Amino acid sequence: MSTTVTKDQIEERVREALIEFGAEPDQINRDAEFEALDVDSLDLVELAQIAEEEWGVQIKGEDMEGIKTVGQAVDLVAGRIS
Amino acid sequence: MSRTAVITGVGAVTPLGVGARTLHERWTAGNSGIEDGVGACSEFEPTDHLSTKEVRRSDRFTQLALVAAAEALEDAGWDDAPPYERDRVGSVIGTGIGGIGTLEKQHLTLQERGPEKVSPLAIPLLMANAASGVLAMRYGLEGQSFGTVSACAASSHSIGLSARLIAYGDADAVVTGGSESTLTPLATTAFRRMEATSPSGISRPFDARRDGFVMGEGAGVLVLEEESKARERGARILGRVRGYGATSDAHHLTAPEPHGQGAARAVERALEDAGVGPDDLLYVNAHGTSTPLNDRSETEALKSALGDERAHELPVSSTKSAIGHLLGAAGAVEAIATLLALRDRVAPPTLNYEEPDEGLDLDYVTDGAKPLPNGDTPAIGISNSFGFGGHNAVICLEAAQ
Repeated sequence: MSTTVTKDQIEERVREALIEFGAEPDQINRDAEFEALDVDSLDLVELAQIAEEEWGVQIKGEDMEGIKTVGQAVDLVAGRIS
Repeated sequence: MSRTAVITGVGAVTPLGVGARTLHERWTAGNSGIEDGVGACSEFEPTDHLSTKEVRRSDRFTQLALVAAAEALEDAGWDDAPPYERDRVGSVIGTGIGGIGTLEKQHLTLQERGPEKVSPLAIPLLMANAASGVLAMRYGLEGQSFGTVSACAASSHSIGLSARLIAYGDADAVVTGGSESTLTPLATTAFRRMEATSPSGISRPFDARRDGFVMGEGAGVLVLEEESKARERGARILGRVRGYGATSDAHHLTAPEPHGQGAARAVERALEDAGVGPDDLLYVNAHGTSTPLNDRSETEALKSALGDERAHELPVSSTKSAIGHLLGAAGAVEAIATLLALRDRVAPPTLNYEEPDEGLDLDYVTDGAKPLPNGDTPAIGISNSFGFGGHNAVICLEAAQ
């Protein structure tokens, strides 16, 4: 797990995960809201699992509360890594 | 005035292909969907029918149910929304086991990769009520929804109960049936270990050489609507659930009561509920699993319930000879096969039958499909389902003229 991971890399992995969850690729950007992408709480738990697997960060369900956009999720992960 | 449940749409995914009429036509033509001793839905590709999200959010048993339901609702002429108040429409889907494929995979994940890697989707995918819940969500059905769980009788129970929900006045329509997907390492091994499945891999119900059932997978879904409401909206009516009878052997965890007494009582109750006698029946769709015990006790049950003479006259055939045993989906798929057979006035054949067994001497329709009597008599038949646990459920169906 490294400190060299960039926000762009995180965003790319998050994007990949969201597509896997069924979100439309062309609708995914930093400002996109999860609700609009049809990404729900179960998906966010999976996203947290991916973050742990990729970068070794622990994100619990309660940490996700208030996270509404792709950008906020990326920032949350980036904040935990640094 | 009594409320009757009519059937306005049917859908099925079976080893013979995707589609209820595909099942009916191919079985009637004597085709088999069993390959290498397994009745897999090899033509079924979930992503052909469902969105990425729907596929991720469902075990295969739910996927099969969703696709069968989509066909049934289209067949019934429903648009995306049900033609009744949403909370007057139910969703009742039976299954023998539920999402055991998901359970097995997630258990492996737990053992090999640890608790952190277990999917948060594991429970909602594997739960046995998932198909009924997901179906309710997809179509906005806000009436009663639940799964019925009674092994290989599960979806005859679901159809019978759904007809009762309509008759009692709890619902104006119910999307009902059953689904099963257990062609998984643990399930296939466990059935083999209990010597329930066929070592030869051949499904030959009622034949002297029968040696167990062939496992199959699939789903069947029927749209039931209250008759006056269905007529009011101008629905095409395929037939009706005329009667339902269910009993328990209270005898053994897996073996049927040897003389089929519980099964016979279920047949008698279904006929009584339907207000018909053995002479009114044109066809019997047997449970006919190809196990040594079932086919003998079921034959005895039919003789006891219908009378020796009538039992010998009636064509009795087993869908499982063509698709294997769909466990919790068997009742629904076979109810659909029965309805379409009655509608076309044809008894589809019991395949692979060659060698008669002593005492198993009914007309098992072993020489290809045969026509059923035509004319003004209503086309009435029964479909039998018996499950591990001693559950017996029999549906009496009448096809529209």
